[in-house]
Amino acid sequence: MTALLEARGVVKRFGGVVALDGLDLAVTAGEIIGLIGPNGSGKTTFFNVATGIYAANAGCVMFDGADITRVPARAIYRAGVSRTFQRSRLSLPLSIFDNIMIGNHKRLNQGLWFNLVKRGDFKHEFEASYRAARALVEVFEPALANRMFEPVAGLPMIDRRRIEICRALISEPKLLLLDEPSAGMTHDETAELMNDILIVRERNKDLTIIIVEHEMGVIERITNRCVVLNFGRKIAEGPYRDVAADAQVQEAYLGVA
Amino acid sequence: MAGNAKTSQAAVLPGIIALAIAAVYLIALLAVEKQSLIISLLAVGIIVVIAAAGFGLLDGVSRAFSDHEDALGGFAILALLAVGVFFHEDHFVLLLVTTVLLYSVATLGLNIQFGYAGVLNFAGASFFGIGAYTSAVLNAHTALPHLIVLLIGGLLAALIGSLLLLPVLRTRGHYAAVVTIAFALLFKTFLEVNDVLGGPQGMQVKGMTIMGWSFNDNIEIGKVSLSFYINYFAISVLLLIGAFIVVRRLERSWIGLNLDALRLDETAASCFGLDVVRWKITAFLIGNFLIGVAGAMFGMVGSFVAPNNYTFADSLILVSILLLGGIGNPWGLIVATFIVVVVPEKLQTIQEYRFLLYALLVIGVLLFRPEGLLPRPVRRYFPGWQP
Repeated sequence: MTALLEARGVVKRFGGVVALDGLDLAVTAGEIIGLIGPNGSGKTTFFNVATGIYAANAGCVMFDGADITRVPARAIYRAGVSRTFQRSRLSLPLSIFDNIMIGNHKRLNQGLWFNLVKRGDFKHEFEASYRAARALVEVFEPALANRMFEPVAGLPMIDRRRIEICRALISEPKLLLLDEPSAGMTHDETAELMNDILIVRERNKDLTIIIVEHEMGVIERITNRCVVLNFGRKIAEGPYRDVAADAQVQEAYLGVA
Repeated sequence: MAGNAKTSQAAVLPGIIALAIAAVYLIALLAVEKQSLIISLLAVGIIVVIAAAGFGLLDGVSRAFSDHEDALGGFAILALLAVGVFFHEDHFVLLLVTTVLLYSVATLGLNIQFGYAGVLNFAGASFFGIGAYTSAVLNAHTALPHLIVLLIGGLLAALIGSLLLLPVLRTRGHYAAVVTIAFALLFKTFLEVNDVLGGPQGMQVKGMTIMGWSFNDNIEIGKVSLSFYINYFAISVLLLIGAFIVVRRLERSWIGLNLDALRLDETAASCFGLDVVRWKITAFLIGNFLIGVAGAMFGMVGSFVAPNNYTFADSLILVSILLLGGIGNPWGLIVATFIVVVVPEKLQTIQEYRFLLYALLVIGVLLFRPEGLLPRPVRRYFPGWQP
């Protein structure tokens, strides 16, 4: 089996701090992987390296058969990697529709002539995009679908998360990276959001997901496999039950008794 | 109730009434000479606006504008033409209004750069000056058609701007702003020591001629005589309409969305495929092109260019118009340009204190209405479009 995403010996240093210390990780197409570990263990850093925000100091990252270690973020997105952020990074003054369209960049015609002069053609693309965005939002929250042109600044946290996930999904990526989707939400809201993600996944079985999460209930429920990081290294890997029982993992989370 | 969702369109009437009142008010303000009368007119204007805002009347106006922008744009053009017709003999007023129109074109350019892409340009007046000097030089030494000269003015402003800023637009933060400040300060000195461009005395600019029609001749129609400035007024109206359409279409397209996205969060934008540098440069070039075209036209209108007209202080005035009018809202920019250009010109008593007035105005706006007089509404790709 070839991996969709593969990290080989990835090292990322910030001055004297080693955030990723020779990380090896392989994700097969169609999997849902939980990436867990204590705070500061390198989970978000790995996302940032994989999406091209940071350049790795050593090692390499392969996606879909191509080396993406030194590739800029925008090209990695084009190759089919989308993400959400730990702290919501929506453009607050913009509308729901605008925010989702930011995620649709690669499928929209960006030509000056098309945008400024061929307004009839532009309108067709706009209307098709509107229908697609609306259909996606309806999966998550039908009430939001009638508020597509309202600024996201007025929305509660759970709706902002939904919009962020819609922004990541609208371009139909191959790999979705979810960075703590439950942060700032209640237990019930998190459960609801996960159900919605599973609905989207049901429709598109090829979608591969890596999720960073501190709520173990979520990890247990939706992942096929877990990777545990500590101090930038992989310390355990396997189904959630096995990993949770692992002595090294318990030590990393709870400290030595 | 016929078709419940479709009737959510706002009425167009409040917009028409507001435009009519604005036109009458503007005509009155431009016609009156007595200082005490001007001051009371200004006071009445401020009170009416505040009262209308207090009673919620302005909401109806802004909704009318967002739903019926094309129709109201037509009425706005009629209102401008009414001003032109009313003052058809008056050199001074026509020159003043033409100045407002061309400054509006320039601030629309700045708006693309700062309002959308977030690239601060503190050398707006310098690039305006590049346009003006272009028409001075080309009209004197070449036989190029003057419409082409306008085009070249815009292209030169874009070219020189890009030589200056291409290296810094690649960086994050406001390094580009610092470079523009340096350029604005150097530009005036460069002109002053450059004898080819007339040095500190400046140069004459030949008036515009299109297909043998000289813009610097007064027009006689039967017994009515029109000031020659009506020519410049008319072409400036056309330029403003063109610039307005460019800015509007740009905003209401994926490109406008790209610019907003990179201004608000460069990292998130690049995670979704956006080439930040490419779009910053695109915005900067289009903006400078508009500023340069306006400047080239302004050179021919004023028939004279000198370094003192394109100083750093003038650039600051352009930026203050942007802050005052409402960053990102072209309607607000035009209103703000009228206020900033016309008021000191009419109120001779405050001429010397105009910079103090601008400073107070900008500080007041930033404190009490940080989004400007007419804040930018949420993007509507097609006004009045319903799903």
